[in-house]
Amino acid sequence: MSGELLLDVRDLAVQFPTADGIVNAVSGLSFTLSRGETLGIVGESGSGKSVTNLAILGLLNSKRSLITGEILLHGKDLLKATPVELRDVRGKDVAMIFQDPFACLHPMYRVGDQIAEAVRAHLDVSKAKARDRAVEVLDAVGIPNARARSRDYPHQFSGGMRQRAMIAMALVHNPSVLIADEPTTALDVTVQAQILELIDKVKRDFDIGVILITHDLGVVAETAQTVMVMYAGRAVEHGPAAGVFDNPQHPYTWGLLESMPSVQGKVTHLRAIEGLPPSVIHLPPGCPFHPRCPHRFDPCDKIRPPLAAMEGGHSDACHLDPDAKRRLWAEREAVRLGLGA
Amino acid sequence: MVIYLARRLTWAVAVLLAVTALTFAIFYLLPPGDPALRFVGKQPTPENLALVRHNLGLDHPWYVQYGKFVKSIVVGDKYGWPGLGYSYDSSVPIRDKIVEKAPRTFSLIVGASIIWLSMGVLIGVISAIKRRTIFDRIAMGFALFGISAPVFWLGLMALFIFWYKLDLTAGTGYTSFTTSPQEWASHLILPWIVLALLYAAIYARMVRGNLLDTMGEDFIRTARAKGLSERNVIFRHGLRASLAPIVTMFGLDIALLVGGAVITESVFNLDGLGFMAIDSVFRQDLPGVLGVVLVGTFAVVIMNLLVDIAYAFLDPRVRYA
Repeated sequence: MSGELLLDVRDLAVQFPTADGIVNAVSGLSFTLSRGETLGIVGESGSGKSVTNLAILGLLNSKRSLITGEILLHGKDLLKATPVELRDVRGKDVAMIFQDPFACLHPMYRVGDQIAEAVRAHLDVSKAKARDRAVEVLDAVGIPNARARSRDYPHQFSGGMRQRAMIAMALVHNPSVLIADEPTTALDVTVQAQILELIDKVKRDFDIGVILITHDLGVVAETAQTVMVMYAGRAVEHGPAAGVFDNPQHPYTWGLLESMPSVQGKVTHLRAIEGLPPSVIHLPPGCPFHPRCPHRFDPCDKIRPPLAAMEGGHSDACHLDPDAKRRLWAEREAVRLGLGA
Repeated sequence: MVIYLARRLTWAVAVLLAVTALTFAIFYLLPPGDPALRFVGKQPTPENLALVRHNLGLDHPWYVQYGKFVKSIVVGDKYGWPGLGYSYDSSVPIRDKIVEKAPRTFSLIVGASIIWLSMGVLIGVISAIKRRTIFDRIAMGFALFGISAPVFWLGLMALFIFWYKLDLTAGTGYTSFTTSPQEWASHLILPWIVLALLYAAIYARMVRGNLLDTMGEDFIRTARAKGLSERNVIFRHGLRASLAPIVTMFGLDIALLVGGAVITESVFNLDGLGFMAIDSVFRQDLPGVLGVVLVGTFAVVIMNLLVDIAYAFLDPRVRYA
């Protein structure tokens, strides 16, 4: 049933103690995912988006990471689950597809057998039945001649077909949550659109919730209903896609939008965000983005702005007042579209 | 596949010819002395020397001798097929000598290779899984010991302790399997372990390294994300992908030991092919050397072929045409 709350992450923090100090990969992260919703998580490399989702799947090494908060799946806290319970969730209720489909399939097993293995990981059925199921899902993700192709090895598949096979593998148990970690980054642009379309179709057909992790705002704009922008392990802006794209609140989101080319050709200035993401071991005091922020003022390097809610479920973490934000973004928009300067 | 095999076998013949020709050339271009002089007796007359030379065929130029050698291999000689001539030294047919000594060497290799492969893979896998634990450190310490300890020392120590002091095994020498399987094993158990120790150490380190590399691969994460048990992830997905290089090494190591287990064969007085090669070199017994070189080269060529074929089965990305 669409709208049903699937995943409720509350105040999630992930730390990795290392020889150089504690890495704060994710801090104070909260979000929800409902059936039929696509949540886009956007951020640069190292912003904590992948770690968040590995934490949901329980794939982080428990000896080398410290995870606090709550990850409620259907109301049950995954962080309190035993390894066996977690294994039962993985691939069955929460499935994941990854960035590089070339490296994600085992090179020495047939594609169909790898999918059949996923079937048998959670279901006590014969190998033949599992293979039939594999053919069924391969067919569902648009692999032509699925029965014959299921006997191919991964190297006989193209990149797009491999990602389709990964999606097929994720679907064998009708999961309620699909996590797609940069699913199109390694693919050709034309194939990217097909895969995004497929993920969207799968979401509708199977009525599931999708978490789409990406560093490409364009990908999110096409498919997501909700957007969360992450920076240095924290959400800096979070809200409905329409709100975030039409009325972006955080200077970091502005930077991301400005660095994105547009097909319409209106954009005259492509601007990079100056500087580098901060070290996750030695986070700057105050707002983590302040060293790179052109609009920083008095409190920015002392007090970390909380994620404050505005109307319409849209929230952001910035000290600027709403009027100042509106004015500054309008000015930057003008420059971006070549109107002002 | 058939074309591939035919091409490989043609190459094998070429390699065998080249290696024997090279061995031949070394004996003629770097002459350490006249073989005929050794066999003619204490005070040779020129007539006797000439006669011995003629009997051994040494009065022909080397390429004629080589031609005869190749011909007798192909069509056989009076001692049977393949004809390998007879020893200058003892007048025993080389073919008979090799038939007698090969089972000794093969017994040594088969036992040792089973021990080192199972030990190496087992220790390597556990070390990789229990990485940085006390087991890993002890296992890698053992590996360092196995790699560093010289075989002749290890062999003598083993004989001293288990044969001389404890009297648990039979000592040096060899009893054929058909005579008495118990005696056969009792004679071979120490050489098996001593020879296997070195290789087990190398294999353990290699399996550990390969498996650790493989466990960092993306397809391992996929296997975990599917919800497979950790045992399945390691053995079905991790080990499978890391075994291919082990197979290559295993094939070549076995082949090289056919003529190369000299030290082990000497220490335990097994009198196998490696020992025969060295002994023939010292006695300037060219046919003996050539016989072992031929068998050794043949082993390398065949094992190479087997490794390639095994590879095609292990890794579907490899296809021969």
